[in-house]
Amino acid sequence: MANVSIRNVRKRFGSTEILHGVDVEIDDGEFVILVGPSGCGKSTLLRMIAGLENISSGEIAIGDRVVNNIAPKERDIAMVFQNYALYPHMTVRDNMAFSLSLTNASKAEIDEKVGRAAQILGLNPYLARYPRQLSGGQRQRVAMGRAIVRDPQVFLFDEPLSNLDAKLRVAMRAEIKELHQRLQTTTVYVTHDQIEAMTMADKIVVMNAGNVEQIGAPLDLYDKPNNLFVAGFIGSPAMNFVKGKVADGAFTAEDGTILPLPPSAAGQDGRPAVYGIRPEHFRLAGDGLPARITVLEPTGSETQVMAHFAGTPIIGAFRERIAAKPGETIRVSVDPMAAHVFDGATGQRIGA
Amino acid sequence: MSATTIPSRAFRERPKESWLAKLFDSKPFLVALCLLPCSGLLIVFMTYPLGLGLWLSLTDTTIGQAGDFVGLDNFISLFDDQIFWNAVGYTIFYTAVATSGKFMLGLWLALLLNHNLPLKAFLRAIVLLPWIVPTVLSSIAWWWIYDPQFSIVSYVAVDVLHVSDQYFDFLGSPWAARWSLIAANIWRGIPFVAITLLAGLQTIPPSLYEAALLDGASGWQKFRRITVPLLMPILSVALTLSVLFTFSDFQLVYAITRGGPFNSTHLMATLAFQRAIPGSQLGEGAAIAVSMIPFLLLATMVCFFGVGRRKWQQGGDND
Repeated sequence: MANVSIRNVRKRFGSTEILHGVDVEIDDGEFVILVGPSGCGKSTLLRMIAGLENISSGEIAIGDRVVNNIAPKERDIAMVFQNYALYPHMTVRDNMAFSLSLTNASKAEIDEKVGRAAQILGLNPYLARYPRQLSGGQRQRVAMGRAIVRDPQVFLFDEPLSNLDAKLRVAMRAEIKELHQRLQTTTVYVTHDQIEAMTMADKIVVMNAGNVEQIGAPLDLYDKPNNLFVAGFIGSPAMNFVKGKVADGAFTAEDGTILPLPPSAAGQDGRPAVYGIRPEHFRLAGDGLPARITVLEPTGSETQVMAHFAGTPIIGAFRERIAAKPGETIRVSVDPMAAHVFDGATGQRIGA
Repeated sequence: MSATTIPSRAFRERPKESWLAKLFDSKPFLVALCLLPCSGLLIVFMTYPLGLGLWLSLTDTTIGQAGDFVGLDNFISLFDDQIFWNAVGYTIFYTAVATSGKFMLGLWLALLLNHNLPLKAFLRAIVLLPWIVPTVLSSIAWWWIYDPQFSIVSYVAVDVLHVSDQYFDFLGSPWAARWSLIAANIWRGIPFVAITLLAGLQTIPPSLYEAALLDGASGWQKFRRITVPLLMPILSVALTLSVLFTFSDFQLVYAITRGGPFNSTHLMATLAFQRAIPGSQLGEGAAIAVSMIPFLLLATMVCFFGVGRRKWQQGGDND
């Protein structure tokens, strides 16, 4: 096992720069998820750690070793690909044994290591099958088995769950998390799905357009997003944003609605700002502000309300069951302690 | 209005069908009708000539004179015919050597073309050229290349590079002629192999090579453990076709040497033609042609079952 350091790494394809200087420190045994929209450079960064893409500038170190010029096979990493990249002409056993067979490992050693990985992943009944005889989830497990057999210092996962259906994805999510807790191997995992990131990671790296937007524990990102991008990306349904400005110790929306400011954001009078509220931080209150309902979505455990509030469409999530109908107006209040305020020009968070 | 007219139409009795309508409603008739154009072509241009050839091989027909049935006499006399056995031997040798050459060079070319080269599309088009040019034309070009006096190869070697002091004798002696023909056949066959295998190579997902790279495979190991097994299905088809084309080759040999010198370069196909048309012994020529069938069947079986479909390609469970 090892830590991974990514220091000021840049990637250029021709004259186009894809990564603009990325710094990430990954501790030994940590489960880190790189998350961001398509094209943000997260997969490229992962492939650079693996050695499948070269590093235009900066350096990547695994353990104490800078690996910029070290061949992929010498880096002591194992990767699970999005399409699994199982060798179709080899049985499950041979797929998992492939890396060992290349090093002329003894048959006993191969059997032992493949057996152990198959045991961990529950693949024993399938060892003699070919990949095409397996279901998506089983193939996914074989791909992980191939990584486990190598007993690497770092596991790399490139969107491993995106080819699975929704139900299986939830199951595999738990399985991968459990696997990590069991093996404690440093893991770097790429996904575009913020739910995967929130549920699995020890640490999330949110990337956008080749930059790191924020690094932190899942709930830290949720509670204190550094900027508008992270605020909007993490959380589902997404955070609501109301545009306006800070004035007289409160927030004034563009339509004149006055919203309470969190204390840390006070004293910035006149500054254009964006007010962020998570759906679950609205409260029904008789003396609150009006919200005209457009769509109601009762899910049983909560009621999601799409409404027009402070001149903006918002989504609210309420524990209560709401009897109102679309077109009617309900009154809601906002807890200033749970609100976020961002600079209108830079999108950066104002206050702590 | 329409509400009153529609029901009366719906309940109107169907008119009695004519025999023609009944005929076209009959499934067996339609099946036969739809198959007719294709089966007609096959019968006229494949089955009839094959059947005629088989029949002729059992007769003593000559050109201009209908023959009598003579049983296996033609085959029996061929059995003692040294020229026939030489042709059989050379055909097998020609097929084996030329096919191996085509596959080695074709695979090599396919691997090169599978890389990201500049002018990739242009290079691929160039590679196809020998395949596009009619064989008779390229054979004539080869004939000139192999000419004892005007050969460009001899000219370059002797008059330009001075690596040899006499002109090469490509077609004058049996073994030189045999190897020259094989070289021309390889040149002609490479594009087919290269393009087919290139298509096969492009079906192999690049992520497999990346996975193998991370698993620690060297270039040779990637080739042997990933490329070759995954190329096998298409390789076997290409191999089968290539063996068939080469074994039954006629144009190239007939255009360059006509079987000479001293019948040393006769393939079975050229010998069959030689005996049947210029030699006017239709029965005997047909017998030689028919003798190719068992060899072709055997070669096809070996290629197809030897390197054909693999277990991993087949779907379903087999546990």
